[in-house]
Amino acid sequence: MSILIDKNTRVITQGMTGKVGQFHTQACKEYANGAECFVAGVNPKKAGASFEGIPVYASVREAREQTGATVSVIYVPPAGAAAAIDEAVDAELDLVICITEGIPVHDMLKTRYKMQGRKTLLIGPNCPGLITPDEIKIGIMPGHIHKKGRIGVVSRSGTLTYEAVGQLTALGLGQSSCVGIGGDPINGMKHLDVMKLFNDDPETDAVIMVGEIGGSDEEACARWIKDNMEKPVVGFIAGITAPPGKRMGHAGAIISGGEGGAEAKLAVMEECGIHITRNPAEMGRVMQKVLKGG
Amino acid sequence: MKIHEYQGKEILRHFGVATPKGTPCFSADEAVEAARALGGSLWVVKAQIHAGGRGKGGGVKVAKSLDEVRAAAQAIMGMHLMTHQTGPSGQVVRRLLIEEGAAIAKEFYTGMVIDRSRQRVALLASSEGGMEIEEVAAKTPERIHTVWIDPATGLKDEEAEAVARAIGVPDEALAQARAVLQGLYRAFVEKDAMLAEINPLVLTADNRVLALDAKFNFDGNALFRHPEIVAYRDLDEEDPAEIEASKFELSYISLDGDIGCLVNGAGLAMATMDIIKLYGGSPANFLDVGGGASKEKVTEAFKLMLKNDKLRAILVNIFGGIMKCDVIAEGVVAAAREVHLTVPLVVRLEGTNVDLGKRILVESGLPIISGNDMADAAEKVVQAARKGS
Repeated sequence: MSILIDKNTRVITQGMTGKVGQFHTQACKEYANGAECFVAGVNPKKAGASFEGIPVYASVREAREQTGATVSVIYVPPAGAAAAIDEAVDAELDLVICITEGIPVHDMLKTRYKMQGRKTLLIGPNCPGLITPDEIKIGIMPGHIHKKGRIGVVSRSGTLTYEAVGQLTALGLGQSSCVGIGGDPINGMKHLDVMKLFNDDPETDAVIMVGEIGGSDEEACARWIKDNMEKPVVGFIAGITAPPGKRMGHAGAIISGGEGGAEAKLAVMEECGIHITRNPAEMGRVMQKVLKGG
Repeated sequence: MKIHEYQGKEILRHFGVATPKGTPCFSADEAVEAARALGGSLWVVKAQIHAGGRGKGGGVKVAKSLDEVRAAAQAIMGMHLMTHQTGPSGQVVRRLLIEEGAAIAKEFYTGMVIDRSRQRVALLASSEGGMEIEEVAAKTPERIHTVWIDPATGLKDEEAEAVARAIGVPDEALAQARAVLQGLYRAFVEKDAMLAEINPLVLTADNRVLALDAKFNFDGNALFRHPEIVAYRDLDEEDPAEIEASKFELSYISLDGDIGCLVNGAGLAMATMDIIKLYGGSPANFLDVGGGASKEKVTEAFKLMLKNDKLRAILVNIFGGIMKCDVIAEGVVAAAREVHLTVPLVVRLEGTNVDLGKRILVESGLPIISGNDMADAAEKVVQAARKGS
């Protein structure tokens, strides 16, 4: 088992026919069961065409009706990406994964408002996507660094997630699912939402949680972990050396008004029983130690 | 993206928020002329820089005659204005705002931010005008009133009036205060702001409600639909290295240390700075080359880092996903040759095509120090920087 996606998931790709969409759709199709999983693309101007044998439909609703797909991944450019999420929500998909970086914050505010009370879950935007190793990869992460196993990974970053995964794999510790929730200030699922799923997943034994400066989502997750989590959690927060008031690449990574600093987050996490490390090169080894009961 | 106070007031007036009459100026002569044209007998001469805390730093002066206007303008123009937001070297003042003075009866704070956890625009208001909101939040949080605004309705009349009343706006000025708050909200949404502050918002002796200051920060991701905001950009207020970086779509921030970092991905870039610090070094910059860096981008990134006189060593830390390690390796080799690298270079490659990338580095014959993993690379670059200093 795994969380959110597995080899039976059927996926619609929004923005499949663009350059980025083509590149990653091909890589996703080639990974594990991808050829079975990626069943539809959407582009109103290219309906009826196909890419790599994947048919293109005029709308998400039509793609869902024709293929039975319940998940979509979005590579649509920033100006139209929030509207693409809205379309997937209106088509009543179960899960939307938005890879697009650079969506205006006010667009996301409106989209999140419209999503209230709807069944669709959102991962991202500005995220690498998610993967259940040896089954399915939806997003832009390099598939080959992953290994099937029992550690969950949840992170706000892209390459730093790969770093955590790479360390685990090098130590022989495989992953159940790895979820990149994205670096934007207004996003869908938070650390907390993903952590709950890992807690309920019988095939996840422990979780690595990677956060960064800005906001207070890691603290909220840590407090929930303290009272509810039945599995060990290893945590790292990037940005101990980040100066206040500067946006560190990710729109969400900014320490403002004295809030969102890395040390404060680490302190709350430690207090809540998370095995924290201040060394990003030690995430895998700390997990190994925790699993050995050390 | 930040703008100047006088530009922020232009936006506010467009949305029906009253401000004192004023004129932006670029010299003491212009300042005197502006004061004469404004008329009256009381003026305020205000330094226009993007940082807050200008008053405490000596960047705001009241003048009671045209001679005083001249003296104040001469004193402020060209000064290195140091505030808690500028850093120790301060910011050179190149623009002034000359405004008519106002007889202030009461000062308030109003601001607007995006509340990440509630995913709403939040209006903040307080009776403590002129004070930093962070300070009020720490000392007297009960004096801050917050409204989380429903995007479907906008800021409702009754919400705006309730907040105004709560911070002490008298009944006869409530309608004006409501117009200010609603105008601020409309400006915030329509112009894609991330932060807006009117501090202080004042009630004058003759019961007018005026925005005495205006601070805006706009969403860089939304500038494509706001050429009128882009036109407000003042490059003098930005770090030259960061401007140069933005031309090549590199995300770059100058820091105080001596070890340059070139990394792909924002999270890994921050983590790389952190591990350098952890191993006893000090990062000279944050630099994210992004997911699709070309040879040219890597070369430009090297040039940027090398403009820093303090630089003692460089660490390249790449976890290749979309970005292939061989492409990065070729970029690093080409850049090292082109810029005649004079400081030690440590490179750590991992991910897609890593073996090919490492071979390119070795076969280049350049004195590149290879890091086996992130920890090894960080240790080596800290050592190299120490030897070089």
